[in-house]
Amino acid sequence: MSNATPNKWNIKMGADLKNSIPEGPLDKKWDNYKSGIGVVNPANKRKYTVLVIGTGLAGASAAASLAELGYNVKAFCTQDSPRRAHSIAAQGGINAAKNYQNDGDSIWRLFYDTIKGGDYRAREANVHRLAQVSVNIIDQCVAQGVPFARDYGGLLSNRSFGGALVSRTFYARGQTGQQLLLGAYGAMMRQVDLGKVQVYTHREMLDLVKIDGHAKGVIIRNLRTGEIESYAGDAVLLCTGGYGNVYFLSTNAMNSNVTAAWRCHKRGAYFANPCFTQIHPTCIPVSGDYQSKLTLMSESLRNDGRVWVPKTKEMAQKIQRGEIGPNDLAEEDRDYFLERRYPTFGNLVPRDVASRNAKYVCNEGRGVGKTGLAVYLDFAESIKRLGRKAVEDRYGNLFEMYERITGENPYEVPMRIFPAVHYTMGGLWVDYNLMTTIPGLYALGEANFSDHGANRLGASALMQGLADGYFVAPYTVGDYLAGQKPVNPADTSHEAFKEARDGVDKQIKRLLSIKGSKTVLELHRELGLKMWDYVGMSRTAEGLQKVLKEIPALRETFWNDLNLMGSDMEWNRSLEFAGRLADFLDLGELMALDALNREESCGGHFREEYQTADGEALRQDDAFAYVAAWEYTGEPGAPVLHKEHLQFENVKLTQRSYK
Amino acid sequence: MSNLNLTLKIWRQPSPDAPGAMHTYKVDNISTHMSFLEMLDVLNERLVKEGKEPVEFDYDCREGICGTCGLVINGVAHGPRKLTATCQLHMREFKDGDVITIEPWRANAFPVIKDLVVDRGAFDRIVAKGGYTSVNTGNARDANEIPIGKEDADKAFDAAACIGCAACVAACPNASASLFVSAKVAQYAHLPQGHPERERRVLKMVQQMDAEGFGNCSNHGECEAVCPKGISISNIALMRREYMKAALKTGAAVV
Ligand SMILES: Cc1cc2nc3c(=O)[nH]c(=O)nc-3n(C[C@H](O)[C@H](O)[C@H](O)COP(=O)(O)OP(=O)(O)OC[C@H]3O[C@@H](n4cnc5c(N)ncnc54)[C@H](O)[C@@H]3O)c2cc1C
Repeated sequence: MSNATPNKWNIKMGADLKNSIPEGPLDKKWDNYKSGIGVVNPANKRKYTVLVIGTGLAGASAAASLAELGYNVKAFCTQDSPRRAHSIAAQGGINAAKNYQNDGDSIWRLFYDTIKGGDYRAREANVHRLAQVSVNIIDQCVAQGVPFARDYGGLLSNRSFGGALVSRTFYARGQTGQQLLLGAYGAMMRQVDLGKVQVYTHREMLDLVKIDGHAKGVIIRNLRTGEIESYAGDAVLLCTGGYGNVYFLSTNAMNSNVTAAWRCHKRGAYFANPCFTQIHPTCIPVSGDYQSKLTLMSESLRNDGRVWVPKTKEMAQKIQRGEIGPNDLAEEDRDYFLERRYPTFGNLVPRDVASRNAKYVCNEGRGVGKTGLAVYLDFAESIKRLGRKAVEDRYGNLFEMYERITGENPYEVPMRIFPAVHYTMGGLWVDYNLMTTIPGLYALGEANFSDHGANRLGASALMQGLADGYFVAPYTVGDYLAGQKPVNPADTSHEAFKEARDGVDKQIKRLLSIKGSKTVLELHRELGLKMWDYVGMSRTAEGLQKVLKEIPALRETFWNDLNLMGSDMEWNRSLEFAGRLADFLDLGELMALDALNREESCGGHFREEYQTADGEALRQDDAFAYVAAWEYTGEPGAPVLHKEHLQFENVKLTQRSYK
Repeated sequence: MSNLNLTLKIWRQPSPDAPGAMHTYKVDNISTHMSFLEMLDVLNERLVKEGKEPVEFDYDCREGICGTCGLVINGVAHGPRKLTATCQLHMREFKDGDVITIEPWRANAFPVIKDLVVDRGAFDRIVAKGGYTSVNTGNARDANEIPIGKEDADKAFDAAACIGCAACVAACPNASASLFVSAKVAQYAHLPQGHPERERRVLKMVQQMDAEGFGNCSNHGECEAVCPKGISISNIALMRREYMKAALKTGAAVV
């Protein structure tokens, strides 16, 4: 960028970003937009090929919907079946402003809760559109045969999630993501049978191909054979999920990664708000240093479970040493700290608030379990009130999962839980059309940054993924294609393909040739610990500056001392993971820089220097009501910062209060 | 609890066409809180340090829902604990000194890719034939317009809970995919949304199942016994009824 003048952290500033939000009042923008866009003639749609990377909720729903419209779709995923995308693991539910419970819900209320929940760092127009289409999502899923929970009268039931005072969450026992994904996967497989979608499994996108500045293809590694393949298309949709695994331990599936997004970033797509990550309050605590991932206990449990720790440190220590158990503690010796501090929302405060409070009580020495890094989630009262059967109906599979992992029975002993990395609000920057800064390259679902601001509310990721894929991208991508001449999908002879393929090949060969002494897992764990300690639940300028020196040093070690076995022309899991770790090392540095630059606390980004007298996040709206979008300059650690200033025309910025 | 010293006998096969064989490894000091796959991670870390190729196995969510992992452990698909996928099996199910054999899913329809990793693409091809309702995006009416009794909704859910791991095929002496296919058929048979395509669905999915080279069901019941999600074998009976009705009604010659 020309005219770039560095700020106090030596960050270069670029031009502000425009988000192409349509004119008109908030609730008319989407309709106005739809009536004004370009449309491809039905007979011409079959001349276009759309490359969809990822088959989670966002990817599968987009692939199905675009194919139904008549476009040719090629869909890629890293797993052996599209149905195994990480969306499958979502437990608790999906929000929609149906107001079936007659409790005063509305599109406006869902919009408002989401903006407020995101601590006023999301774009109004996108969030309103999300709330609008939320109702269509539930209709669509029911028509697909998604077996949502129902009441005896045969109508859909709802539950409550954090950050909302209405009951608007639809669910399918504790397996909502699975059922929604199987619905979208089914819709996509129907198009496979009709010849409109081709699915490529065990494939990893390793680069984007740009021709005349537009996204026109991808470079893919076939994970089964190791071959490098090229695919040409008229648009590329990145639906590749979040980057929580930069922390190594997270609730994400082990294959979740940032590689596709990061390689597009290197090709010119700006990366927005990377430091906005969500730490989920209710996960099963770490049990040892062999730990490979963390397991979430759905937020829905906070509907009926009460969070507490012992009132005193002395009692907590007895529990930590195993001298007494939680059931030995009398009612008056327990501190239900969320109910005490937040009487209105109680155990249902948003995730960032619940997580931070768990950390505080553990810092005070009142944590439980062997390590003292856990708090209780107790169902005794609900079991008394509702009966064991009712509790089992609601949460049976989650209780079983807990028992399997910990060996303890939560019907009898309170669960032990601790916060864990869960979701990433940041992602590729997109405009209102979900297009990145590279024309023809879109980002959908968790891979983009657009709707959740600095904190996502529970049950809103599934909603966003399906909104993007079923109801938004089919319009906006069509609008773009209407202005493009179709490419020949069989022709990948352009120089740009060769250049990208060579780059990918070179990196793979380099990784295999290092032959050092460290394993990928060791190095990833090391990065994860640094990220958790310095870019985790709370951050300081001092810690961030420290980690900004440590990550580049770790990257040096990675590129000089990694040891990989096997070859590139076969199935080689460690090689896959090494490529992903290379990108996580770059991303980790950008996250720390973004966190350092953002001198305020908002949502999941808590800078210790910016808090109210009672420890709540303190925003600095005058200076930071913007989206930070980072441009890659060829050197990780020296990006250019572009701002998108957030305009709040419909809600008033206030300090979030859940008291 | 004390830690475990174990002997592992693992199937190693370098590539789809190469011959495979069982190899023996010792692992020491395994915490009983570890998951089975974390135990294999520990082995692999050591192998790489010794300059040997790690054992390849597939996995993703490690919380029993994606259906990616799947090992035959001591001859049982997903190992000794009922209703538990391999990734949720923990080492507290084993004893110090145990010898554990670890093999891939074995079925003609699932070629080995490497070591313990197999290709289950056949399942996707079956789903493509009818594992859905044919409704385009945007055509749906209000979700509460058709009430569905809780019992039916629950039954549909119970069948839909299948994770597609294919343990049922691995456990079946005939390598039949009937439990998997019947679970999808049953989900839609219990829901009004599934009814318009009821006959077509069962006929086409069964036809594809046969074309993929899966065996026939002869009621051994091993599938239900190993299913990590407790999918009931009664779904297979339901699928047979659905199939007969459909074949009679449409006059399909394949009865
Ligand atoms: C345990 C858990 C529980 C959750 N529960 C809820 C909940 O109850 N409600 C809610 O709203 N949200 C929940 N979430 C969040 C939600 O599940 C995710 O944000 C959402 O499913 C993401 O969907 P997606 O389509 O964007 O990406 P994903 O489902 O992550 O899919 C990513 C896809 O991209 C593919 N991919 C990735 N990289 C590449 C590459 N380089 N090349 C090719 N393909 C690639 C993968 O194979 C996969 O198909 C939960 C998350 C977790 C971890």
